[in-house]
Amino acid sequence: MPDSQPNQPALRTADVTRHYLMGEATIRAVDGVTLEIARGEFVALLGSSGSGKSTLLNLLAGLDRPTSGSILAHGIDLAEMSGNELAKYRSLTVGMVFQSFNLLPRMTLEENVELPLRLAEVERGDRAGRVQEALKRVGLAARLAHRPAELSGGEQQRASLARALVNRPTILLADEPTGNLDSRTGEEIMNFIQQFNKDLGMTVIMVTHEARLAERYAARHFYLKDGKLSTNGAAQ
Amino acid sequence: MKTRDLMELAGRNLREAMLRNSLTTLGIAVGVASLVAMLSLGIGLQKLVMGRLQSSGLFDRVYVTPRPIGGSLSGRGGGGRGGRGRVQQSEDVATPGLPPQLQPPMKPLTSAVRKQLAAMPNIVAVFPELRFTADLRYGGTGHVTSASSVPFDARGTGQFDNVTGSFFSGANANEAILHMDLAQQLADQGNFKPNDLIGQEVTIRYPQRKPVDAPPNQRPQDIVANGEFGQGFTIQSADVKVKVVGLVSGESAGPGGFGGARIMLPLELVERLNAVQGFDVREVVANPGETIYPSLTMLIDNPNHVQAVEDAVKQMGFGAFSLFDAARNLQLVFRVFDSFLLVFGSLALAVASLGIVNTLVMAILERRHEIGVLKALGAADRDVRQLFFTEAGVMGLVGGVLGVFLGWGIGQLINFGLNKWLVSQNLTPQKIWLVPLWLVAAAIVFSIAVSLAAGLYPASRAAKLDPVKALRYE
Repeated sequence: MPDSQPNQPALRTADVTRHYLMGEATIRAVDGVTLEIARGEFVALLGSSGSGKSTLLNLLAGLDRPTSGSILAHGIDLAEMSGNELAKYRSLTVGMVFQSFNLLPRMTLEENVELPLRLAEVERGDRAGRVQEALKRVGLAARLAHRPAELSGGEQQRASLARALVNRPTILLADEPTGNLDSRTGEEIMNFIQQFNKDLGMTVIMVTHEARLAERYAARHFYLKDGKLSTNGAAQ
Repeated sequence: MKTRDLMELAGRNLREAMLRNSLTTLGIAVGVASLVAMLSLGIGLQKLVMGRLQSSGLFDRVYVTPRPIGGSLSGRGGGGRGGRGRVQQSEDVATPGLPPQLQPPMKPLTSAVRKQLAAMPNIVAVFPELRFTADLRYGGTGHVTSASSVPFDARGTGQFDNVTGSFFSGANANEAILHMDLAQQLADQGNFKPNDLIGQEVTIRYPQRKPVDAPPNQRPQDIVANGEFGQGFTIQSADVKVKVVGLVSGESAGPGGFGGARIMLPLELVERLNAVQGFDVREVVANPGETIYPSLTMLIDNPNHVQAVEDAVKQMGFGAFSLFDAARNLQLVFRVFDSFLLVFGSLALAVASLGIVNTLVMAILERRHEIGVLKALGAADRDVRQLFFTEAGVMGLVGGVLGVFLGWGIGQLINFGLNKWLVSQNLTPQKIWLVPLWLVAAAIVFSIAVSLAAGLYPASRAAKLDPVKALRYE
């Protein structure tokens, strides 16, 4: 899919809404968002807590479907994808990093990083090399056999970066990647993400509430307030 | 996801909650064990009873008589086809007032018919039952008793499985098997043990039939039918020495049980002895020119073929009967019995399957977040469903295998206890517990099927989890 329409932007949304019903009230978590992110861009989604930035990120990740509007990834509408196609999109086109790392605690680092390869049905013989390569890129090649609980927060987030990387996706979606880390470790993680953006040409969309981080790393910023874009990706 | 990855992930998940999954699997094992135990009891009992009946010689035989059973003596049914003209004619001159065995048959059981019957499929042997009164002489005294012929093929029917000593060494051997009653009488008189008789030579005195040459002066009244003459024979005492090779006890009832004879001799030997038979008298007045049997017994290779053979023989115009119907009714009773055992045995497995549902539903709650992560990393609903399904299947497989062993063990234990009791009561030990290979396979397959069915609901529930909500769940 990534190369199916090379002239299309990485992501483009048109009047996307995501409404929830809570009792009789309708919560407009995302309300008519239209944006376009070019391939290889590093953008930040900023906003206060409850502004809808994580909901928007989930929509872009194909984890959730919009109530209305369209989301095009490399020119293909996510809304028209079947469940299995959407799973494939999550597996091969996007990689996700979460605030709470979301490594499976019972698995070793190697097994955690191998998981996306299993789901993508990558040949067994190719897996070890790819896991090794991904962990090496984040400086954890020597910690293959460790379980997440045996690692520091920074190391866990690096492992989750390796996991997001292992299927060689073109888009990296990061949801508050430094939220659980001290500023020095957070900076280290951000440097890795920046490296992926520059060296691998990955499109990065980062959700954060820290304007400082966004200013330092992202080329464009989108501010969300009550589900609406208040600044439409003005270049910094 | 590929099958191997599914199996690895399922195995890992099952190991993680070891205690709970082990208990659930043990529940399935107990269910399968109860099923296996119940059914193997049913199968074992059925096999025991059917085996007993078969070794009684009643269920693998068809008895053939010259005329259809229940047919009238002067009736025409069956006799018209293929019957020989000469004998056919004799039917028309049936003498009123003669006992049935002296009535000319509608279609005689000649040696040609015997060969024809023996050539039919699934037939082990076709033999007449020759019987005569004999005087067994040993140690200077005699015992008048009955002797009967035993076909050499009877060796394989189970009737002589419990023989002390051995069966005849050959079809034509000068050997005898004695009934234990007779052996006991001889032993009491001679002050030795019955078993000492094995290997001893005894003399059997019997009434021998000797043919008479054609009468020198033919009388008009000698012409019986078709211009032939009744020749007649003389009866005289004859001796034959035979070696006692075996002793049998118990009472074999019915036509297949050698009629309660106390001396059993190989059929070919008896035929050679030319001992006089009740129906020989007929030859005095009507010489058919060849051997005619009053009845023939057909030994069938398997009781399941009895009905077909019986029908075929009836088609040929002979009378045929077997005790197969009785066996069939008995099999029906066992089927009903087995069905009850199956239902009761399955109850435990049904309860165990609820355990699977419970365990997997608990696993969904515990692994909710993990399912969210899997979906975020690219797992489709189908992958999650298959994962839970595989876990249920693995529990079913392991539970099934364990259950079969457990059920087999319970059976062995009960068999052991029962036989200990039987021996203490001076009874023969029996194998009432039988676990055939098909039951092992069926129990494991059934266990997996029940477990998969139990996994249906949890698996589809896990698959439908909303990944966004699942990821938020800690």
